[in-house]
Amino acid sequence: MDIHEYQAKELLARYGVPMPRGGLSYSPEQASYRATEIGGTSWVVKAQIHSGGRGEAGGVKLCHSDHEVADFANELFGKRLRTRQAPAGKCVYRVYVEEATDIKQELYFGIVLDRATERITVVASAEGGMEIEELAESNPDALIKTTIEPAVGFLEYQARELAFALGLAPSQIAKASQLFRAAYRAFRDLDAAMLEINPLAVTGDGELVALDAKMSFDDNALFRRPAISELRDRSQEDPRESHAADRGLAYVGLDGDIGCVINGAGLAMATLDMIKLAGGDPANFLDIGGGASPERVFKAFRAVLADSNVKVVLVNIFAGINRCDWVAKGIVEAFSQIDVELPVVVRLAGTHVAEGQRIIAESGLPIVTADTLAEAAEKAVAAAEIGDRATAAVR
Amino acid sequence: MAILLTEETPVIVQGVTGRIGRFHAEEMIEYGTNVVGGVTPGKGGDTILDRPVFNTVKDAVAETGAEASIVFVPPPFAADSIMEAADAGIRHCVCITDGIPTQDMMLVKRYMRRYRAPDKMRLTGPNCAGTISPGRALLGIMPGHIYLPGRIGIVSRSGTLGYEAASQLKALGFGVSTSVGIGGDPVNGSSFRDILELFEADDETDAVVMIGEIGGPQEADAAEYVAEHMTKPVIAYIAGLAAPKGRKMGHAGAIVSAAGESAQEKVEILAAAGIAVSPDPSSLGTTVASVLDERGLVVQPA
Repeated sequence: MDIHEYQAKELLARYGVPMPRGGLSYSPEQASYRATEIGGTSWVVKAQIHSGGRGEAGGVKLCHSDHEVADFANELFGKRLRTRQAPAGKCVYRVYVEEATDIKQELYFGIVLDRATERITVVASAEGGMEIEELAESNPDALIKTTIEPAVGFLEYQARELAFALGLAPSQIAKASQLFRAAYRAFRDLDAAMLEINPLAVTGDGELVALDAKMSFDDNALFRRPAISELRDRSQEDPRESHAADRGLAYVGLDGDIGCVINGAGLAMATLDMIKLAGGDPANFLDIGGGASPERVFKAFRAVLADSNVKVVLVNIFAGINRCDWVAKGIVEAFSQIDVELPVVVRLAGTHVAEGQRIIAESGLPIVTADTLAEAAEKAVAAAEIGDRATAAVR
Repeated sequence: MAILLTEETPVIVQGVTGRIGRFHAEEMIEYGTNVVGGVTPGKGGDTILDRPVFNTVKDAVAETGAEASIVFVPPPFAADSIMEAADAGIRHCVCITDGIPTQDMMLVKRYMRRYRAPDKMRLTGPNCAGTISPGRALLGIMPGHIYLPGRIGIVSRSGTLGYEAASQLKALGFGVSTSVGIGGDPVNGSSFRDILELFEADDETDAVVMIGEIGGPQEADAAEYVAEHMTKPVIAYIAGLAAPKGRKMGHAGAIVSAAGESAQEKVEILAAAGIAVSPDPSSLGTTVASVLDERGLVVQPA
């Protein structure tokens, strides 16, 4: 789960990470009020969206009067910011106003769950401000990495080594090491999956402050982090995904027209691959999970049909922990409760497959069946193409 | 013998009194697995499916001589159950549970390092379909009837794609020695490489099907092992060619977040290591058949 910059900063501040003073606003008036409240003569006004690259997308501006703050905030509210990470754009509903910082140097500081070492790993670089992927590509030697031993945590000497390796002055080492370890404690205590302070600024008077902050959290650990769950901002999510997630379905929205209802993440990915290879485009990834009851299949059907781009629905179930007859009942149920006007292709395999196929056949519903994954994908792609031609003919 | 599991392996079920634990315990017994008991704290002394229930894994091991366990404990408590099994002297633990926090799994991996190699429990999963040695025993949740006993090993992150592979092999008359699910989580007990090492040493396995997906370094690591140490042919498939970057595709670990983690890159790495990569998930069986043919290997059902 992703959160906003201002939320990450609030969390990190509680752990003792230093940062410029700032305040959140929901209107241009509030933004200018925040500026006068903070004081000083210049402020940075930042759009709050769940995406990096806000600066180059025009979502960040240095302002020199409270009028300028209000004007820029007015420009941001309601605007859809298209960034490199989110090309479709994300809408701005919150704006953060922060005192301007006299920046002498920009560093990079990040923490990740590293899959290679199976440890929490701290990454830093003296070249801050740019994206870490670019840095890793252009100058991998500039990245300094430290692996944390879970039994003892981020040790003081490790933080010190990191600070020295970044080329910080002796008078800054203690401050830097404190900041690094504070960020680590926040990461560990809150079950974060990723944390980035980029840039981490060295100011004109030698202080270290977090200019930007980004955090995302381990979805599997949210059950024990209710305060983090509260930070979820649905306005930043694909509405199709919010709808499915609220119903316990693993759904990822895509751009195509073949709606997919599949069990198992691996089979779902493979089915999307198969659709692409057959010349089609999937509308979504959807894993209905193990032990799927008829109700769950019905919900999955509804989630897929809610996407107006969908021209055909492909159901692909290889039942292990769940059962084909339950899935078949769910499909029949969906037909009886929703007006399914689209072609539906169903492939069932595994536990209770004969029973499932019998239910489908006896229902008398206009369902196209397939025996293999390849056959199912081909039939779905063919049905979507017929749908395309029909739409073209109507136009 | 097959790897990890035979009809003789004494098995206990952790979380046996839960709805899912009980359902699968019954399926495993029916398949022929030597299930000797179960563990649910507070239910010790009860009997379920004609087997004794114990309060602790230590009690279960002392009373039944269990060597393997399967964990159906809910995510908040699953990591603890795995460590309990490791400390009680279980040799092989399969964790089915999906949804364990990643930091919990990091602690599990760290905890297991306190045992010397010969005393260390082998963990497969979490978030996996388990292990099956067809015709002999099932320590998992897969539908047993789709597997033909035979001489091809399967190692897969995904459960359902492992089923897909087994049924395609069966349709061509090929059987499976053992199928091992290593799970879709970012931090797991055994890697592809760990399981490939076991198959390479197993005299009842002639070739291995390896099914990977986007995210993480384990497929590339396995490719290196295959190129340098493996004599048996490996046939692979990588799911997620159509997956967008930076999006989590169902499995907690199925996300492209670093260089080398996309399906395209993994396919290239595997191919460069001399591994035959199936071009699509529907051609796994035929790719196996053509590789065996090229190598002049005749693999009979067991």
